[in-house]
Amino acid sequence: MAGFRAFLAVASLSLFAASSPARAQTRVTENIQIGLSTDYVSITAGFSGADLTIFGSLENADPRVARQGRYDIVVVLEGPARKVVVRRKDRVLGIWINLESETFKNVPVSYSVATTRPLQDVTDPNSYKQLSLGAANIYMQPADGDDSPATIQEFTAALRERKTATGLYSVNVGGVQFLSQNLFRATVRLAPNVPVGTHKARAFLFKSGLFIKESSAQLEIRKSGFEQSIFRVAHDYSFLYGVFAVSLAMLTGWLGRLVFRKD
Amino acid sequence: MGIYLPIAEISVNIFVLLAMGAAVGFLSGMFGVGGGFLITPLLIFYNIPPAIAVATGANQVIASSFSGALSHVKRGTLDFKLGGVLLAGGIVGSTGGIFVFGFLRRLGQLDLFISLLYVVLLGTVGGLMLVESVNALRATRSGAAPVLKKSGQHNWIHRLPLKMRFRASKLFVSVIPVLGLGAGIGFLSSIMGVGGGFIMVPALIYLLKVPTNVVIGTSLFQIIFTSAYTTLVHATTNQTVDVMLAFLLMAGGVAGAQYGAKAGQRLRGEQLRALLALLVLAVAFRLAIDLFVTPPSLYSLSGVDPT
Repeated sequence: MAGFRAFLAVASLSLFAASSPARAQTRVTENIQIGLSTDYVSITAGFSGADLTIFGSLENADPRVARQGRYDIVVVLEGPARKVVVRRKDRVLGIWINLESETFKNVPVSYSVATTRPLQDVTDPNSYKQLSLGAANIYMQPADGDDSPATIQEFTAALRERKTATGLYSVNVGGVQFLSQNLFRATVRLAPNVPVGTHKARAFLFKSGLFIKESSAQLEIRKSGFEQSIFRVAHDYSFLYGVFAVSLAMLTGWLGRLVFRKD
Repeated sequence: MGIYLPIAEISVNIFVLLAMGAAVGFLSGMFGVGGGFLITPLLIFYNIPPAIAVATGANQVIASSFSGALSHVKRGTLDFKLGGVLLAGGIVGSTGGIFVFGFLRRLGQLDLFISLLYVVLLGTVGGLMLVESVNALRATRSGAAPVLKKSGQHNWIHRLPLKMRFRASKLFVSVIPVLGLGAGIGFLSSIMGVGGGFIMVPALIYLLKVPTNVVIGTSLFQIIFTSAYTTLVHATTNQTVDVMLAFLLMAGGVAGAQYGAKAGQRLRGEQLRALLALLVLAVAFRLAIDLFVTPPSLYSLSGVDPT
């Protein structure tokens, strides 16, 4: 049940193949498309991470550029944004205690990237910054803007490091492959603790290091199964859930006595 | 076989949990304690988030104390009146504890506070028990008759006002220390996920001079309700009770307890107490190490509740 694949349908890969011998001066600009065949993906309770495959197409591709491999695609699957507190432990009387903390607003819970080539080979850092593309370029807004820039920088770095260490932020170099001149496949990693909610898939097309076009689609990740029902009940009907937990414990205690009675 | 815990949100091995429940059940049957003080640290060592380990520990304690209390009701060794007064204090203490729990959680100091409380309490109780039982062992070895304390002796507690008569315990004592003891245990129950028997039993015997035969039943009676209340409030305010986890622990626990009780009958009282003391100290030591060892990462992330 852990391995699943959501195949995202290919929109409009037809038609233009015939128009490829168009001359350079009259050609229209390239376009990129990703389309999802499904609006949501259900993961079961035993989910231990998986690869999500996204298919897409490149329209009006220049065959000459394509042959030289100068088209690059970066696909990002970005999770819902949440508020996050980053805490730092410091030693007080020999004991490690959470002391400093920094709260950030709107931090994407997950951020999985797939690329055709290593990010630094696709385009220059400035373009990434302009596009807010890549885990290093997402703007993390501190809730308290009065903190010193050095502190904010330190905690931002720590936030990225922790997200990467837990697999929520990942980069899959070579995860985007051209299946033909116009068709590509992107494989992004879903961490075992991938958050539920609305994820945004975005594909960025670069030609010889220049950003050309972006396409996006939304994907809902849901959890399903018995365990998820328990989770929902625990949150939506928390008092009844508590009553149930207490009754279950008493019943178990009573049954245990009946079964193993010694007196 | 892996199983996913819906509230803790991690996958664990079902047999590890059953074995953990059985082992603690065995020990609790052997020593006559609830086992909450072992379950919660064990869960923390098994990477269950401390907040969930505590709330679920409280839930698990209900099962063992309920089945224990039933047999005491049958034998008539349960003082309902004394238990009721303890319980009144317990509810107040538990409510305060839940409030402190939520406050520390928001501050990011909950894990530290739980560990510190465990280290201090287990270290103290374990240390005292070890000294006492080693002395007793030495005394029996040298052949000297064990020194018994005079039960009629009164201490400062018996001079407090607001006296109340507890017939089943043959006791005429102020309600202030009874309520206070209940409140203290309730507070610990909600913060540490323990029943508190390991503090309640000696306190009832040595401080209030309750006859030993009614102590355990009465203590179990109050623990059922305090931990039931704690479980309910944790479930409603913090959503940290994991029934799946609790059930696996209980199932292992009720079975283990019976074999533990049998094994316990073959050992002498002071030997049992010395063993229990060593166990308690070992848990305290293990938790203490974690406080001092440099963590793999100094930084931690936590979500903010959307309240």
